[in-house]
Amino acid sequence: MEQVYLLLRHREIPNIDEYDVYVANGGYEGLKAALEKSPDEVIDIVKQSGLRGRGGAGFPTGVKWGFVPKDIFPKYLVCNFAEGEPGTFKDREIVENNPHQLIEGIIIAAYAIQASTAYIYHRGEFSYAAQQLQKAIADAKAHGWLGENIQGTGFSLNIYLHREAGAYICGEETAQLNSIEGYLGQPRLKPPFPAVEGLWRKPTVINNVETLSNLPGILRHGADWYRQWGTEKNPGTRIYGVSGHVVRPGLYELPTNVTARELIFEHAGGIWKGRGFKAFIPGGVSAPILTEEHLDTPLTFDDLAAVGSMGGSGGVIVIDDQTDMAWLTYKMVAFYRHESCGKCSPCREGTYWQKMLLTRIVSGRGTRTDVELLKQVSDQMTNKCFCPLGESSRGVVQAVYKYFGDEMYLHAKDIPVVEAGTQ
Amino acid sequence: MNNLYQKHREEVDDILSRYPEKRAAVMPLLWLAQEEYGYVSQEAMREVAQICELDPTDVYAVAHFYSLYFKEPVGKYVIRFCTDMPCALVGSEEVYQYLLDKLGIKDGETTPDGLFTAQQAVCLAACGAAPVMQINFQYFANLTPQRIDEILDLVRANGLPPNGPLRFEPREEPSDA
Repeated sequence: MEQVYLLLRHREIPNIDEYDVYVANGGYEGLKAALEKSPDEVIDIVKQSGLRGRGGAGFPTGVKWGFVPKDIFPKYLVCNFAEGEPGTFKDREIVENNPHQLIEGIIIAAYAIQASTAYIYHRGEFSYAAQQLQKAIADAKAHGWLGENIQGTGFSLNIYLHREAGAYICGEETAQLNSIEGYLGQPRLKPPFPAVEGLWRKPTVINNVETLSNLPGILRHGADWYRQWGTEKNPGTRIYGVSGHVVRPGLYELPTNVTARELIFEHAGGIWKGRGFKAFIPGGVSAPILTEEHLDTPLTFDDLAAVGSMGGSGGVIVIDDQTDMAWLTYKMVAFYRHESCGKCSPCREGTYWQKMLLTRIVSGRGTRTDVELLKQVSDQMTNKCFCPLGESSRGVVQAVYKYFGDEMYLHAKDIPVVEAGTQ
Repeated sequence: MNNLYQKHREEVDDILSRYPEKRAAVMPLLWLAQEEYGYVSQEAMREVAQICELDPTDVYAVAHFYSLYFKEPVGKYVIRFCTDMPCALVGSEEVYQYLLDKLGIKDGETTPDGLFTAQQAVCLAACGAAPVMQINFQYFANLTPQRIDEILDLVRANGLPPNGPLRFEPREEPSDA
């Protein structure tokens, strides 16, 4: 498959971050088309397009919007730009280089759900992206796309940036709402879902940057146009980010149903240093690890779910044959331990034990009992954590045991070490 | 007397106007305080609490929940170096150790001249350009010991370059097959 630049248009059109260049290339045409329709018609088009949330869960965007009650005001839109899932780096690149595409998408989404305020919740680290967004918002306002009574339609919208300050959990949508409200960024119990009771208990839709960036194209060209890529249930393109042990790491925008093999071995150039392939993580660190037998799986949400992993954020992490799997597991768990928000004990205590055991195992002080206990702790966390963070921490460990269980014992003290890893 | 409000009256009012409740201003105001004082001191937290009409304990809790609010004074340049899994796969831990040795400090410390603080960071969302670090929230990518030398020399001599989109070169690794 060839790359298709629907979202990475900046790679073909220089200076598209400038308002005039963006407009000269069809910018704000999608919004214009949206404003000529009723909000419900816009929701229908997005439903027909089959667009699914690109933040991780893959929930159909139009359906999510449909849950918003019509008669409660004000409503809010939140753009989730808290990109921090290890292996994921797409949203930052889109926003740094083509901020108007996102702003236009936000205005379309806000119009569809009739939100009068939108917050872009961006990572504290994204200083340049925030600068680009401020400028794009000012330009859009100056040209009448934001503010009061937009283009004489009676629809009004303000967009504000809300700068996050270093907490992975705030990528979870209800934690993000708490964070915006000024509380600790810890998740809320669902239901009520944010579409019904979100920010300040008002209807709120939270959409990812890549999801929203798809909207200008869909509204401008129509749902059928968007469906020419991908599959019936997973239409469109995705920005796959390839990192780890490949020759050409980076972002590749491809139809959603590209296979892992094609992405890793053709687009990303295969395994670095002439080494062999061992495993890949298909959708950011939280997606359970897969192996050689899964290389021909198309990278859609549904196909990956069918093999026990997930599409997640589209960040594909590739691992070569010289990698020590216990060390890899340690690095993943150390992340969740660091980012656990402390709200629920299965995650707070579970990740503590996972990391402690893995520290022992990787340093060569662990025993077979430690390796088995790590598996037990992870199994005990299953379906007990309050939010997906804790569930991910046990899921990634369980997947390593499933495919590379024997390797976890390589460091254990009471058996001879066959071949220690290189890392 | 609220120094933060006195000094940034316009910006504080602008921040408050973005939210229906004052409490929501706590994060942007902590950022403002950090820009003003270089870090978020207890006194700064009290000032933020006063503006948001919150108990200082609430602000203290929020400030300590997030790792980018510095609760202690830091150097002029804060280096945050990603040692998370995707970066570590391509050797970021070794490059970070090189940086620490070069600066003569340990993780989390500041150089005696007050110029550099170095911290380990979790994923900085630039995994395709690994290993990566940020200095005062500006990216530096494809790091090697040699690049570290160049960047430190550059920053010492001229300060930080203008902020811009992350650009990186695909790495070239010799085959060891």
